[in-house]
Amino acid sequence: MDKFTTITGIAAPMPLVNIDTDMIIPKQFLKTIQRSGLGKNLFDEMRYTQDGAEIPDFVLNREPYRKAEIIVAGDNFGCGSSREHAPWALLDFGIRCVISTSFADIFFNNCFKNGILPIVLPQEAVDVLMEDAKKGGNARMTVDLEAQTVSSSDGVTFAFEVDPFRKHCLLNGLDDVGLTLEKASAIDSFESRAKVLRPWV
Amino acid sequence: MTAPRTLYDKIWDDHVVHQADDGTCLLYIDRHLVHEVTSPQAFEGLRTAGRKVRAPEKTIAVPDHNVPTTPGRDTFIENEESRIQVDALDKNARDFGINYYPVSDIRQGIVHIVGPEQGWTLPGMTVVCGDSHTATHGAFGALAHGIGTSEVEHVLATQTLIQKKSKNMKVEITGSLRPGVTAKDITLSVIGATGTAGGTGYVIEYCGQAIRELSMEGRMTVCNMAIEGGARAGLIAPDEKTYEYIKGRPHAPKGAAWEAALSYWKTLFTDEGAHFDKVVTLKGEDIAPVVTWGTSPEDVLPITGTVPAPEDFTGGKVEAARRSLEYMGLTAGQKLTDIKIDTVFIGSCTNGRIEDLRAAAAILKGKKIAPGMRAMVVPGSGLVRAQAEEEGLAQIFIDAGFEWRLAGCSMCLAMNPDQLAPGERCAATSNRNFEGRQGRGGRTHLLSPAMAAAAAVTGHLTDVREFMAEMA
Repeated sequence: MDKFTTITGIAAPMPLVNIDTDMIIPKQFLKTIQRSGLGKNLFDEMRYTQDGAEIPDFVLNREPYRKAEIIVAGDNFGCGSSREHAPWALLDFGIRCVISTSFADIFFNNCFKNGILPIVLPQEAVDVLMEDAKKGGNARMTVDLEAQTVSSSDGVTFAFEVDPFRKHCLLNGLDDVGLTLEKASAIDSFESRAKVLRPWV
Repeated sequence: MTAPRTLYDKIWDDHVVHQADDGTCLLYIDRHLVHEVTSPQAFEGLRTAGRKVRAPEKTIAVPDHNVPTTPGRDTFIENEESRIQVDALDKNARDFGINYYPVSDIRQGIVHIVGPEQGWTLPGMTVVCGDSHTATHGAFGALAHGIGTSEVEHVLATQTLIQKKSKNMKVEITGSLRPGVTAKDITLSVIGATGTAGGTGYVIEYCGQAIRELSMEGRMTVCNMAIEGGARAGLIAPDEKTYEYIKGRPHAPKGAAWEAALSYWKTLFTDEGAHFDKVVTLKGEDIAPVVTWGTSPEDVLPITGTVPAPEDFTGGKVEAARRSLEYMGLTAGQKLTDIKIDTVFIGSCTNGRIEDLRAAAAILKGKKIAPGMRAMVVPGSGLVRAQAEEEGLAQIFIDAGFEWRLAGCSMCLAMNPDQLAPGERCAATSNRNFEGRQGRGGRTHLLSPAMAAAAAVTGHLTDVREFMAEMA
């Protein structure tokens, strides 16, 4: 997993609420057995017509957002299915951070496993950043994970909360499985205890 | 003397392997269900790292999302990508030695129907699967939730998950349901009342007389859609109905183990005075048969209602409603019962169990579907299918003009050949009405199996209670 420290990049405004994982990556692209290559189909049905032509109005088809690294989104981003293809597609496109007032639980978890930082901010802060993202052009937003701040292109800064363990893993690009296997003896002893307490499991 | 605990607290406490200072826990997983779409990258990860599946005996795989629901699928799946995924699951299941129900096995079906049916899902367990509708298993008083593929790999390798505890939410349905109102109407009404983010950060415990009065099938329908309400999981405390359902199933405990299990299961309830961070109460008698009008499961209205206007909402929902109405091809003020449909889908992990088929067949008996209607029933498992055939339900569906399919996820998510064409409008017993969910440009109205059957006959969304008056 790539480390996440600080990014300064283009933020795409997506004010729609309840953007679901079927929108982020429609089901026909879940048939891959790999993690990579999904970026071209990110938001496929919003981004392309049925015959594959780009829909010019869609934000990621416009300059400068074609190179967006951040999305500022409406409430409850990532609701719906557990498909990790959603963060894979975002990452493959180049998105490293999504900012919203709220995220669906599974999507939120999945982001951290893939080096994407989901940031929850109050409505007022998201409103300011949404307007900033809409500026386009040379506007660049900055996300600093170490300092836990997001700054708009004109320097308005908001602090955000992040789980300390997840922050540590993102900053260092750590893989969960390796970390957990260090606790193998705790798992062994749990299993021995459980075998006595709940032998039918 | 410990403080009063909720059912969720109790299951959680019994599964903590390790707790870090910041509250992050390593939680032990009792059952890991696996399907073909969200697992290939996880198994590949194991191979690359030279790791094994830690507890293959607690891991159960079944292909469901991709598989066609027409005959011949056990010898060849035409769609190449689907075939590769199903073949990959087949190989992974054999290479890693996990429990497996291939397409050719009569026990194959939707993973969330197969788990309970085979007795894998038991009260007090932790159950995960790379699928958001894992919440279904909460009906047994199991802590069950969906996970992403990285977490699938984590569970395969370690039989644990890194978790932070959610908050407790109580959803109480008081009183009894009125005739024609079902578990599906409960679960949709709760989402309509709380919104699709209303449960975010919570584990819901459903309780109250109307929940107690539901069968296990109905309880599974309620818990299944906890995720549509944003919750990590939905739970219902086990009772005699739960034990009755489990007893004798292939992987249920037997003999002395059954007695031991039973005495443990009887401790699985929320203690008097336990704290809930959020409480929602609905009166059972106030719940009507409902349908969705929009492209979010929170867009729920009683069938007697009319299509709302974007201005009826506030904030970001105004634009979302405008977009929904345009996508759905509906106008504000239109009566819901005037909405014509051309497709009916009965099935899915929400409503693909035997009781759902019985409810639909009761409406369809001796009737024909409307001219031009395409209607299909997709049983949730091969065993549900066999039972429905034995009970004569299959013949009722066939006589009414329904297609009688093989088990799978089918048109719930259109990853297989069962899809809507652009502009087609479907009355569906599944769980999501998102844009494109059932096929690009397809329009979905979520409802109960009885309501879906009624719509198949009339050709438009229909209040099932009128049908019942007619039948009486």
